[in-house]
Amino acid sequence: MSYPSDRKYTKEHEWIAADGAIGITHHAQESLGDIVFVDLPKIGAEIVIGKPFGTVESVKAVSDLYAPVSGTVTAANEALATAPESVNKDAHGSWMVKIKLKDPSELNGLLSAADYEKFVSEEAGH
Amino acid sequence: MGAKMVEFNGWDMPVEYPASLGGGIVAEHLAVRSGVGIFDVSHMGDIRLAGREALAAVQHISMNDASRLAIGQAQYSALLYPQGTFVDDVIVHRLGEDEYLLVINAGTREKDFNWVRNNTRQFDCAVEHLSDDFTQIAIQGPKGVDVLQKLTDADLSAVKFYWLTRGTVCGLKNILMGRTGYTAEDGFEIYISADEATSARVWHEILAAGKEFGVVPCGLGSRNTLRLEGKLPLYGHEISDTINVWEAGLDRFCKMEKPDFIGRAALEKAKAEGVKRTLVCLEMIDRGIARDGYKVLDDTGREIGYVTSGSPAPFLKKNIALAYVPLAQSAVGTTVKVEIRGQGVKAQVVPSPFYKRPKKAAKSE
Repeated sequence: MSYPSDRKYTKEHEWIAADGAIGITHHAQESLGDIVFVDLPKIGAEIVIGKPFGTVESVKAVSDLYAPVSGTVTAANEALATAPESVNKDAHGSWMVKIKLKDPSELNGLLSAADYEKFVSEEAGH
Repeated sequence: MGAKMVEFNGWDMPVEYPASLGGGIVAEHLAVRSGVGIFDVSHMGDIRLAGREALAAVQHISMNDASRLAIGQAQYSALLYPQGTFVDDVIVHRLGEDEYLLVINAGTREKDFNWVRNNTRQFDCAVEHLSDDFTQIAIQGPKGVDVLQKLTDADLSAVKFYWLTRGTVCGLKNILMGRTGYTAEDGFEIYISADEATSARVWHEILAAGKEFGVVPCGLGSRNTLRLEGKLPLYGHEISDTINVWEAGLDRFCKMEKPDFIGRAALEKAKAEGVKRTLVCLEMIDRGIARDGYKVLDDTGREIGYVTSGSPAPFLKKNIALAYVPLAQSAVGTTVKVEIRGQGVKAQVVPSPFYKRPKKAAKSE
């Protein structure tokens, strides 16, 4: 799997794009299995770097979504309420929330696509 | 086979198989409802009771009436503590004149064996722990019988639900096959010798024989969603050592009119005093998934019970749960709330079970 270089990644398997869109990675959706429910914050909510801001549920389990950086939610993807499986079909194309960043320098602490790919393969023990 | 594995009661078990093999919890669940899926359930335990007083021994420890079993017949039952609560649930198989096989849960193997042995010493009966001797494979779904029929000389159409037969399977002689399962579908469970080479060969032969029927290997994930839709209890959830037979709604498997058995006196007393809580089927009305252990609240937000098992139901396409609630809130149609991450989310008591497999069309004479 080659991860798009137009965005940054976290060790909790989230991505954040230049326009403030946040989602989960292909690796994350693969580990979760069939995604059946996504719970997102409301517009205007504050999210804090490293803290949970929502949940994504598979048949078997509930997983927290962790904020890659701090900011204010400007949009939440309504389509995921009726079609959560879109995240399985195209994780990198399924944004969950869009935020206005509080402190863009926080992006510097995140992983590049190459770093994330390395992290994933090391985690899998390849 | 590339399955996602998990530790389950000391066993390394597949949760779900890869999509490339037709797997994934949802795909596996749907395959069993419409076609056929196979499960390696060797983690289940097996206890054999044989001897002159084997029936009396079984009758003493089991709540159902084993004297009704013909040779080659099985019944669902439970082993109870003197308090009328559960040691484990069990399927009792009558293998011979004085020979019974109890198939029990994986997590309770040792506990059950010790319980059975310690409580049957007074009977002229040998108790053997055969759990490690068997590989058990479940072939489940409307096409399950067709798949197994390709691999055995036994006439499976002559075997009714909850009956057993023996025959040659994949070249192995005298294999026990029971028309039983934990999926609320038709199908068989077969018991073969536990050596790895034989087990692997048989597993792959079943997959090959089932290919034309769309067979899918299934793991614990779909095993749980299938049994939940059928309201089949899981030890540690719907039944446990703190829950009695009446609360769990398993009255029809408990034959109070038979000679004394462990737990009977306490159950009589409990019945006379009146049951305080009962197991109900819940369906989520508002958005949210009720999960094991979540609190159940009444309309005012007061805690009235808890969820024993909850999950999305892949076939019914709803979010369902089993829960203990007071009798006053157990009528079908009662609305309650399930506390999900601090919020009360609306749910409703629905008729039991959630799912019942369709009756096969009657054969014309």
